[in-house]
Amino acid sequence: MSYVVRFTRTERVLHWVNAAFFLHLTATGLILYVPRLSELVGRRPLLKNLHFWGGIGWVCALALVFLLGDTRRLVRVARELEVLRDDRFDVGQKLNAIVQAAFVVLFLVSGVLLWLGERDTSFRFSSTVLLHDGLLYVALVLFVGHLYLAVVHPATRHALRGMALGTVEEEWARRRHPEWEAPPARGGNALPKDAVRT
Amino acid sequence: MKAIDEPRIVPTSVSRADGRIAGTISGDVDEPAPKRYGRGLFLATVAGGLSSLVWGKTVWSGLSSAVPSVPLVPSGWRIYTVAATMPRFDRRTWRLEVGGLVGEPMTLDYDALRALPRTEEERDFHCVTGWSVSNVHWGGVRLSDLLERVQPGLGAHAVRFTSAEIPYVDDLTLDQAKLSDVLLAYEMDGKPLPREHGAPVRLVMPRMYGYKSVKWVARVDLVARPHPGFWELRGYDPDAWLP
Repeated sequence: MSYVVRFTRTERVLHWVNAAFFLHLTATGLILYVPRLSELVGRRPLLKNLHFWGGIGWVCALALVFLLGDTRRLVRVARELEVLRDDRFDVGQKLNAIVQAAFVVLFLVSGVLLWLGERDTSFRFSSTVLLHDGLLYVALVLFVGHLYLAVVHPATRHALRGMALGTVEEEWARRRHPEWEAPPARGGNALPKDAVRT
Repeated sequence: MKAIDEPRIVPTSVSRADGRIAGTISGDVDEPAPKRYGRGLFLATVAGGLSSLVWGKTVWSGLSSAVPSVPLVPSGWRIYTVAATMPRFDRRTWRLEVGGLVGEPMTLDYDALRALPRTEEERDFHCVTGWSVSNVHWGGVRLSDLLERVQPGLGAHAVRFTSAEIPYVDDLTLDQAKLSDVLLAYEMDGKPLPREHGAPVRLVMPRMYGYKSVKWVARVDLVARPHPGFWELRGYDPDAWLP
């Protein structure tokens, strides 16, 4: 069976670092948010610290991967995502990535505002907590859909291999992403042709 | 036109590598520019989210009155606790100690507390983390009445409320504590105070954010000067006046 390269190491590290922090923040955030869980776990100061510093760690970790990893590659990925047509990613994957990236900014801004507002109430706005909660709902729906497509849905679940190991079956790539000119695995971390040309 | 009709050779990154921005892509005359909606979507999402800091509350109030409340999700109250478990109220063993710098210290059991003159307050509750509950109906004892009974000493300038939820504690200055609308509440909305709201009795300081209104009050002590309370040691303002 022949394989083609879908994700480089930097891309995979970025994805899994993001995923780890997303899960940490979702878990601690839900405990802080759902009354039943809040009552069950208690320890609010500890949970708040874990959640707040998890959020700060999230953006710092993403920035570190961007700076210490293959920066040029990630810049190209961003350009790839800008064009909403099927190639290495389909349009749904691109929309998901774009919206979740925007949510990182919004989660950070609303979270820092909540933190500030508790310490200086001139920063306390009644809509901040609603924005933070609303983002959670949408992000959770997107995340569940993403999990379903990556782990369960037969037509797309092979993509999980790409995010885990970097390579996907060539036959699957041709069938699922016919517009993507995938580099063969032998070429190591070669770029998809679309992104290579400069 | 389908995407396939576009020349797939179009190097989508060229203009970017040249440092030009999306709107100025002209490309060759016979090559249509690729549709770069991604950045627009990103910026629109960020802008929409940030602007919701202005319109979010209004829209949400309209929505939440139209849609029935969902279980599990906070509707109004959110329950914040700092210890691993909430204190449990046992009517037989529960006591409220009122002491410190006072002439007549008191120990009240639940019946003695309920036997004190009763008063009511209907006020909005505001949490510093952003949520509020309107028109909460409290029933209980006016704190100023209780303070009169124990006769604060001359050196007493603050009141310390110690929660059965260890280590939660918070202080009011004596002047703040004497305000006529400060209660030790044992009823909420016509029913005995529920466990998660501080049963059997909590402080209600309706002019300040909720972290001043200590739940599960176990001790009230007159002290010389106010000390920072639980959240105040973590950065909150000791004088948490509502705007």
